[in-house]
Amino acid sequence: MHSSLLKMHGINKAFGGVSALRGAELEIGQGEVHALIGQNGAGKSTLIKILTGVYRRDSGTVDFNGKASTISNPREAQSSGISTIYQELTLVPLRSVTENIVLGYEPRRIGGLIDWKEAHRRSQEILARFNIDIDVKAPLGTYSTAIQQLVAIARAVSLNAKLVIMDEPTSSLDDNEVAVLFSVVKSLKESGVSVLYVSHFLDELFKICDRVTIMRDGQTVKNVAIEDTSKLDLIANMLGRNADDIESAGMTEFAKGEAKTGDVILKTKNVATKRLLRKFDLKIHRGEIVGLGGLLGSGRTEAARAIFGVDELTQGEIHLAKGVPQPVTPKQAIAAGIGFLSEDRKSEGIIPDMSVRENLTLALLPNLSRFGHIDHAREKELVASFISALGIKTAHMDQPIRELSGGNQQKVLLARWLVTNPSLLILDEPTRGVDVGAKLEIQSIIRRYVDKGLAVLLISSEFEELVEGADRIVVLQDGISVSELKNPGITEDTLVRAIAHHHTPEQQAVPRQENAHV
Amino acid sequence: MSDTNVAAETKQTARELMIPKFSFRKHGGLVALLIILAFNIAVTPNFLQMQTLFVNISQVATIAIVAVGMSLVIATGGIDLSVGAVMAVAGALAPIIFQSSLGVEYPVAGLVLSVLIPVLVAALCGLFNGTLVCVLKVQPIIATLILFISGRGIAMVMTNGQLQTFNMPSFSLLGTGKLLGFPFQGWLALGIAAVVAWIVGKTLFGRYLLAIGGNEKSAHLAGAPVRKVKIAAYVICGSLSGIAGLIVVAINSASDAARIGNLMELDAIAAAVVGGAVLSGGRAPIFGAVLGAMIIQLVKYTLLANGVADEVALIAKSMIIVAAVYIQQSRKE
Amino acid sequence: MQFDSSTFDLRRLLGNSSSTQALGVWAALILLIVFALLRYDNFGSAYNIVSFLNYNSMFILIALGMCFVIMTGGIDLSVGSVAAFSSVIAAFLSEHGLEYALPGGILAGMVIGAINAFMIVAMRIPPFIATLASMLGAKGAALVISDAQTVSISWESNFTALGMGKLFDIIPWTILIVAVIAIIAWVVLEHTSLGRTVLAVGGGQEASQLMGLSVKRTTCIVYIFSGACAGLAGVFLASGFGAGQPLEGLGWELSAIASVVVGGTLLTGGMGSVPATIAGALLLGLLFNVLNFENGLGIISLSAHWQSVIRGAFLFVVILLQARMASKADLSLRRN
Repeated sequence: MHSSLLKMHGINKAFGGVSALRGAELEIGQGEVHALIGQNGAGKSTLIKILTGVYRRDSGTVDFNGKASTISNPREAQSSGISTIYQELTLVPLRSVTENIVLGYEPRRIGGLIDWKEAHRRSQEILARFNIDIDVKAPLGTYSTAIQQLVAIARAVSLNAKLVIMDEPTSSLDDNEVAVLFSVVKSLKESGVSVLYVSHFLDELFKICDRVTIMRDGQTVKNVAIEDTSKLDLIANMLGRNADDIESAGMTEFAKGEAKTGDVILKTKNVATKRLLRKFDLKIHRGEIVGLGGLLGSGRTEAARAIFGVDELTQGEIHLAKGVPQPVTPKQAIAAGIGFLSEDRKSEGIIPDMSVRENLTLALLPNLSRFGHIDHAREKELVASFISALGIKTAHMDQPIRELSGGNQQKVLLARWLVTNPSLLILDEPTRGVDVGAKLEIQSIIRRYVDKGLAVLLISSEFEELVEGADRIVVLQDGISVSELKNPGITEDTLVRAIAHHHTPEQQAVPRQENAHV
Repeated sequence: MSDTNVAAETKQTARELMIPKFSFRKHGGLVALLIILAFNIAVTPNFLQMQTLFVNISQVATIAIVAVGMSLVIATGGIDLSVGAVMAVAGALAPIIFQSSLGVEYPVAGLVLSVLIPVLVAALCGLFNGTLVCVLKVQPIIATLILFISGRGIAMVMTNGQLQTFNMPSFSLLGTGKLLGFPFQGWLALGIAAVVAWIVGKTLFGRYLLAIGGNEKSAHLAGAPVRKVKIAAYVICGSLSGIAGLIVVAINSASDAARIGNLMELDAIAAAVVGGAVLSGGRAPIFGAVLGAMIIQLVKYTLLANGVADEVALIAKSMIIVAAVYIQQSRKE
Repeated sequence: MQFDSSTFDLRRLLGNSSSTQALGVWAALILLIVFALLRYDNFGSAYNIVSFLNYNSMFILIALGMCFVIMTGGIDLSVGSVAAFSSVIAAFLSEHGLEYALPGGILAGMVIGAINAFMIVAMRIPPFIATLASMLGAKGAALVISDAQTVSISWESNFTALGMGKLFDIIPWTILIVAVIAIIAWVVLEHTSLGRTVLAVGGGQEASQLMGLSVKRTTCIVYIFSGACAGLAGVFLASGFGAGQPLEGLGWELSAIASVVVGGTLLTGGMGSVPATIAGALLLGLLFNVLNFENGLGIISLSAHWQSVIRGAFLFVVILLQARMASKADLSLRRN
């Protein structure tokens, strides 16, 4: 290993008595691309935020660039050469691209005034290194998420960083953009800059990383050169389990029951919306799981929103059971027997201050009340039965949902829909951000209900989950349903091939400007 | 967040699952009220007299009624600055109606209409606010600023800026009448609080209100009629302000558009916040708001009865607001 | 949006945010002026123009301070009370001369601005509550120290020179001072790091924080600046009208907010313009000037009570316009 740039040793941190880090370690060499992995809640983010001065460590030492680090806020981190690209986009969409790149470090003219000409030129130049040529004077918010992400990286690079921290940088990028990003990472490495790379996509690590640090439960469990490890080994260390066990378990909990298909529950024809969806056809039967395959931005979530009455249709039809009108609001969709577990648990799922009970019955409320008065006895009965049926770990049903773990929150949300006894349940990334244990439980719960006749529309960016869970997969590209695969017989390879098949290079080469007007 | 703070292993019976969490939130307010009461009993002359009680009840009733409405709006994550101005509009309307030729000719109809129409107009003001907030997506502060500015102006234009005095005993009963020995408006305030508390705690509307305030997107996706519920909150708040405006006019047997409900928005917001409402929404402690109104009123009374100038009372009030919000804020973190 | 200083751009000059509305404000302003010039004989008189600008200089000043606060996504409801408070302070100091009364009044405003900043930054109280409280507090303080009476100024000292004096006997000092401040504010906003930080903070507080910008410092600066503007307006008030007026300032915060909004500044922060704010303040002021003339013609007769109704109606119209634009902007700009 080359001389070390960063050395964090024995880091402890607790929040309100709950310890988040216990003696965590991290060492990064000069010009090294270093991966940091671990399950949600393993302490990666906390460790990074301590490094960048967002949090203060309770104890432990941090040496950066040969000196004991005294960084106590993000600005000091930046000026000492640590730049961070956070998972959530952390730029200012209303301001111009240039401003987002140079904010806080604007080139000046005599008298301290900003030299806008130089600022624009500099921004253009930096972006040109990434092969991006856009109008840097336009508000950042008018560009796609991918561009915004690359602008964030451009900002970091422009600050002459010695260490660039990337937190899940590829989660919202398409293949070509990922390729651009990787070339950026490589050029950073060549110029001697170290990169700390946090990602859930383990395959990526083998392409660009030199070493990897694995964390679990607030501790560093392994630090190893990437060539000395394997994907399975990484997973085993993340989970604290034996590699052989995992292999035999194979994570096939969605495993198919007999593929029996009943009546058609839902049929869409030529559906389009103002958001991304252009021509979407789908047919779902009773007792069937249909997956939606496609890259991010292919219109999967938008398809779900269209079916659930969230987005207005601009063309096409949605047919439900006979006599049920096409829903134009979520309320009508629920009444028509549809449920929608949304992708973003925090912002579109839980109501944090409300109790488990209130969260669980939210969608059922109209059926629980008579003349506007809620039947509390029945409510409690139902909630208690679902808490035990789904194994939701909560102190009592009136505990605020925000106090539950991510996996248990997700189970409550799942129960919110199951309690309405839907005929169709749309699951958008049902297992994202929950630990492996909860993931398996959630998958088996879903299977149980599907066996009883529930139809499921499954959206997942984990191909494995789709391939193993779905009876059929409808493939989306740029808002159009282009093909359909049938199980048994689907493999990740066939799915990837289907997703890639119709791609025209032009559509992918330049990240397109969002055409979101009106 | 981890599973460690969850009593996990043991199998929970349904009964165990239902134990509600004890809330300390109401505690602080009660303690404050008791301290102020104790202070008054010790220091303020003639505090323990029925007269004092009646004065305070009649004053606190209007604050409490408006604060209850304000709590509903705050529960949606909004705010209503127009309550004082709406009180002025309703208060200015009532005497105009029963003093009109129709009202003089048919006194009973005049009386009924002079209660109904102002409250209805106040409800319409609420509808206006609610529509701006929910349909046009204007920030609540700004949306309600419009009526805050022009509402009192409208009341002034209606009365030509004149003080309207009247002699209408049946109407004045609203402000001076007694029921079971206590001022009528005190009972009215309690009744309103009880009904609204029931609505918030036991009905679909109440549950939706809190859900929307807690996370609007989630509530919408779970089928809550977001617009209707939020607009309803503003309409209720407007109507209650209207009722409060009538009470003020009835107490004085006079209507002064320039003064009815002046600075009431502050009292009401303060009462709601002192009572445990959170400005970001999702919580509507109705009796907390009543408690808050009592605290605000008692502080005012205490200062006044002990010879502290009105102006200093203003400063004290501002400090209460800041302290209450500060405490709320630090609890949240 | 154009920042390139080498090219002349009308939009940039007039205010580059929500350019359509900025242009709309200027168009409305010009139309109203033309209308008034044609309709009223004395409207274009030097006397009317000078007294109009002189009177409105206070409101422009307060709107400028408010503009910066709103661009950070905050709001300052205390400005009216602060002006009243500092007018009283300035009146008390007037016997020592302008050299004491002027800085004294401004300082009084800055102190309250600093208190606002403290409540918002250190105590994390929402700006609207914090400044509501200081609005009460400042009003109370003004009433206490003045005994709820107007405080007469010293006519012997040079204090009245500020509010009543004129350069070359033509241009009131108040107008000149406001013009200078406006130019400085414009340069700061468009061409300095501080100005850009103000907009960035309004566009995304957490993002700005993570970009290493000093959100707290910026927030403090805008509230203290707003306090200083209100304080100076208070000095103008005392000096121009010959008394410290503890009861003045009622509703000034609303005029200021209305001016800023009319000027196209986004109420949620992140966008805004100094020239358009001034145009907004002038437009609102002119509306009442025109109404006065109309009353003078004797065709209609609107009592003073109509003022607030009209102001509210005006705000309503602008908000309607802005709501329509915002809903468009929402789709293309805001994603969480």
